[in-house]
Amino acid sequence: MAPSDDQALVTALRNGDEATFAALVTRYHASLRRVARTFVSSDASADEVVQDTWAAVLHGIGEFEGRASFKTWLFRILVNRAKTRGVREARIVPESSLASDDDAGTDGPTVDPARFTSKGHWASPPQRWEAMTPESLLLRDELVVQLQTAIAQLPARLASIVVMRDALGWSSEEVCNVLEIAETHQRVLLHRARARLRAMLETYKNHG
Amino acid sequence: MLTCQQLAEVVTDYLEGKMNFADRMMFQLHVGMCKHCRAYLNQMKQTVELVAATGKIEAEPMPDDVQAELMHRFRNWKTNKQ
Repeated sequence: MAPSDDQALVTALRNGDEATFAALVTRYHASLRRVARTFVSSDASADEVVQDTWAAVLHGIGEFEGRASFKTWLFRILVNRAKTRGVREARIVPESSLASDDDAGTDGPTVDPARFTSKGHWASPPQRWEAMTPESLLLRDELVVQLQTAIAQLPARLASIVVMRDALGWSSEEVCNVLEIAETHQRVLLHRARARLRAMLETYKNHG
Repeated sequence: MLTCQQLAEVVTDYLEGKMNFADRMMFQLHVGMCKHCRAYLNQMKQTVELVAATGKIEAEPMPDDVQAELMHRFRNWKTNKQ
């Protein structure tokens, strides 16, 4: 949304325009819920985080200065709340903890080194995945369901980024603004998340 | 020369368009000659597409009671701020 639209929207909200609030709630509900779910341990928790977020938006709308877009501002509020709750539920470790990098697995290779020769060539190469046939479309639906579970099992830092980028289709700039991280770091985490999900799909395809 | 193992670690840099010209050429040259890395790159692309598909099925409409609760809160907020 363009900054001028944001300004109009925020002014309407401050003036207590109910239709504007209803439209925002509808527009962002699914994505707020999806992002919240990556930090907390149940759908019910995610729903509560979303409700609290809207309450915080109303409470804080007077202070919105337009330095970030409304969407960025909204999701920052959500992420802060979801992280606090995630820590409480022991779904995530506090960011100050050394374990958090470990948890996201930001070191080490993303493909098992045992799959390569000592010279770095494939010893156990990936198989070519089939193109879309009617049978593979059925498999595709299964894989999508498996993926949802796999995403929920990723560390929150990986899950949140892969959901924002690949499930919700945000740009890396939007993700960096919301999470307040550098683009290079975002890319490292995105790579690790995608690589883990690829490995899960490979295992599932090979063993059903 | 880029090994297969090294290539696997820079696939996202490639897909994100974050490689310089020389690295990009080297990446494409390797993928052009190596069917295993072609398969790996293709699997990563398919993974991204499948994650995108999870976005579509989860976009269910908001339950009426949730919407009603939020609108109730909104009206309370509006009354209190006046």
